[in-house]
Amino acid sequence: MALITVSGLSVGYDSNVIANDIDFEVNKGDYLAVVGENGSGKSTLMKTLLGLQHPLKGKVTLGDGLKKNEIGYLPQQTLVQKDFPASVREIVLSGCQSRAGLRPFYNAAEKKLAQENMERMNVEGFAGKCYRQLSGGQQQRVLLARALCASRSLLLLDEPVSGLDPKATADMYDAIKRLNDEGVTIIMISHDVSAALRFATHILHMRNTPVFMTKDEYKNSDLGKCYLSVG
Amino acid sequence: MSGSIATYLEYPFVRYALIVGMLIALCSSLFGVTLVLKRFSFIGDGLSHVAFGAMAVASVVNLTNQMILVLPITVGCAILMLRAGQNSRIRGDAMVAMVSVGALAFGYLIMNLFSTSTNLSGDVCTTLFGSTSILTLTEQDVLLSAILSLAVVAVFIIFYNKIFAVTFDESFSKATGTNAGAYNLLIAVVISVVIVVAMQLVGSLLISALVVFPALSAMRIFGSFKKVTVFSAVLSVSCAFAGMIISMAAGTPVGATIVMVDIAAFFICFIIGVVGRR
Repeated sequence: MALITVSGLSVGYDSNVIANDIDFEVNKGDYLAVVGENGSGKSTLMKTLLGLQHPLKGKVTLGDGLKKNEIGYLPQQTLVQKDFPASVREIVLSGCQSRAGLRPFYNAAEKKLAQENMERMNVEGFAGKCYRQLSGGQQQRVLLARALCASRSLLLLDEPVSGLDPKATADMYDAIKRLNDEGVTIIMISHDVSAALRFATHILHMRNTPVFMTKDEYKNSDLGKCYLSVG
Repeated sequence: MSGSIATYLEYPFVRYALIVGMLIALCSSLFGVTLVLKRFSFIGDGLSHVAFGAMAVASVVNLTNQMILVLPITVGCAILMLRAGQNSRIRGDAMVAMVSVGALAFGYLIMNLFSTSTNLSGDVCTTLFGSTSILTLTEQDVLLSAILSLAVVAVFIIFYNKIFAVTFDESFSKATGTNAGAYNLLIAVVISVVIVVAMQLVGSLLISALVVFPALSAMRIFGSFKKVTVFSAVLSVSCAFAGMIISMAAGTPVGATIVMVDIAAFFICFIIGVVGRR
């Protein structure tokens, strides 16, 4: 069974529908890139997948033993975080909050998990350092480590490279690709169609009625060609 | 001068007042970091005006224990303001401005109309800027403040990790199944308790200083949430202690003196922060 099955989904705010008839499936090990213009409903779709927003129509089914709280999420950075006094370790550890539940403090297993994920994302060297002093790329890797604490199997990434310089962007894509090779399923929102095509296995192109296809189908479709020639 | 302080300290209620003052300073500083970072500072300020209005009503009705009325009203308004910040027919900050100015005007008006006191402007001044002398706190005030302060500290310690998570990244917390709304509510309720308790020490207009300055000072120097929290608590307690001692020795109003010490500490931390970064 697929990890996530979306059928006949409409997303939007209140009664304002942004995108209709969204149908797709994400299987274990897939790398799905969600592309499309600003305002095409990419972020709204992601919020609906995370259960932060109710679907206007249709439904999202989680399968394969995936629980609602087991999705690792990499949100876009907020203004608050820019001057937040928090060490890297504190932030990564906060990824364990759903594991801890109502228990007030993190236990040894959760601390170990945070440590492992810091090593995995290569940020353990500045575990005690303040988040706001890191470079943009380092900050994103810290947030990725936090997302990995929340989920071993599925990551949702919202514009993971926005605001990064070309070198950091490439590093970030590599890091995501490496996680995917290790078996982590990825759903990534991106502006960058060409990068999406380089790494993803499937493409969801958001517009009024979104289309879902594999990478190769998309490359040969009129829609894909049109976007690739522009990008 | 030190002689007069020693004389003061011989009275048990002076020692109580010192202890309560430091407890208030401790619990108001704990939530300061969260308030500053969540851009909630203005809610704290608004709530203190609401507390003033409620206090005015309580004194007109002649309640012996004003907190019974002031606390629920302030908590209610905190919840209201938080809700307003989320669904935005009237924007959150505009809502806060409306409620707080309204409460201020209402409070002053009814104090003028119905007050039986012979020293009206003195009463108003005390509510706005705190007791002119810390000695006017009654024993009952002292006990209740101590209990509430300890409760606030306990809540903070129990929910420390959740408060951090929700403050740092609300959408991530929600996505991983943490009930961020409930924790925001908890924060708002605790803030109103802090404000009502602290009002007796520094008055409703000066509370924000007690909440905001220690946090901002600590953020100049430290880079982890735990260190910032611990340092701002220590700083706040020391400033309150120093402020109270100075106010006794020099005969200055206690609230304003504590705030002045807090401001001085902020500038010292600011300079340390700038020099340390080089």
